[in-house]
Amino acid sequence: MNIEKTLDAKGLACPMPVVRTKKTIDEIESGQILEVVATDAGSKSDITAWTKSSGHELVDMKEEDGVFYFYIKKA
Amino acid sequence: MSERKKTNIILFSGDYDKVMAAYIIANGAAAYDHDVTIFHTFWGLNTLRKDEKLQPKKSFMEKMFAKMMPRGAENMPLSKMQFLGMGPKMIKKVMKKHNAMPVSDLVDLAKEQDIKLLACTMTMDLLGLKKEELMDDIEYGGVAAYIADGEDGAINLFI
Repeated sequence: MNIEKTLDAKGLACPMPVVRTKKTIDEIESGQILEVVATDAGSKSDITAWTKSSGHELVDMKEEDGVFYFYIKKA
Repeated sequence: MSERKKTNIILFSGDYDKVMAAYIIANGAAAYDHDVTIFHTFWGLNTLRKDEKLQPKKSFMEKMFAKMMPRGAENMPLSKMQFLGMGPKMIKKVMKKHNAMPVSDLVDLAKEQDIKLLACTMTMDLLGLKKEELMDDIEYGGVAAYIADGEDGAINLFI
């Protein structure tokens, strides 16, 4: 997977992971992939719901020791 | 992109926790690319109050109101567990620990995300709040301004 940009949202609380994700995805091109790293437990459903609603594609997601990794392909 | 959705929040309350909830929802909705409006009325207006002592010309009653109402969100009480002022201090400590943003930062973030902050002029008159006491980059309106935004809102909340 070719990651264009990584957003480190570790330690950030609601609503910041989503707000930052939105801001960062505006900086990449359509088809490129943004990696979001977050520790907020709510981000699992937050980022997933946001990605779906805004038309982007959640290519992959994983969780390692309480850290969430999201890979979002920009629409 | 297709027609943008709208989120409208009537912020009636002047409690720190309720204002925080309103602004978190507003900022979240803005990240969803909604057009967001927060209509501040009654005690919610104090969110927009500047944290400085201003002395605009006021009647006796208005001066009393001005004294009793908080200047800005950071000076607001909690809706529960106020404990004579200890409550807000404690919650802010806990918020810091959990990296939650203070409400004043959420207000700044709202402006950054182009959220429309509306102040209800009728209740400003009732509470004796003058434009110079409120933040500079806000808009003023009444019920019609709210309805105009609210009638095709995907989300409408009263907090």
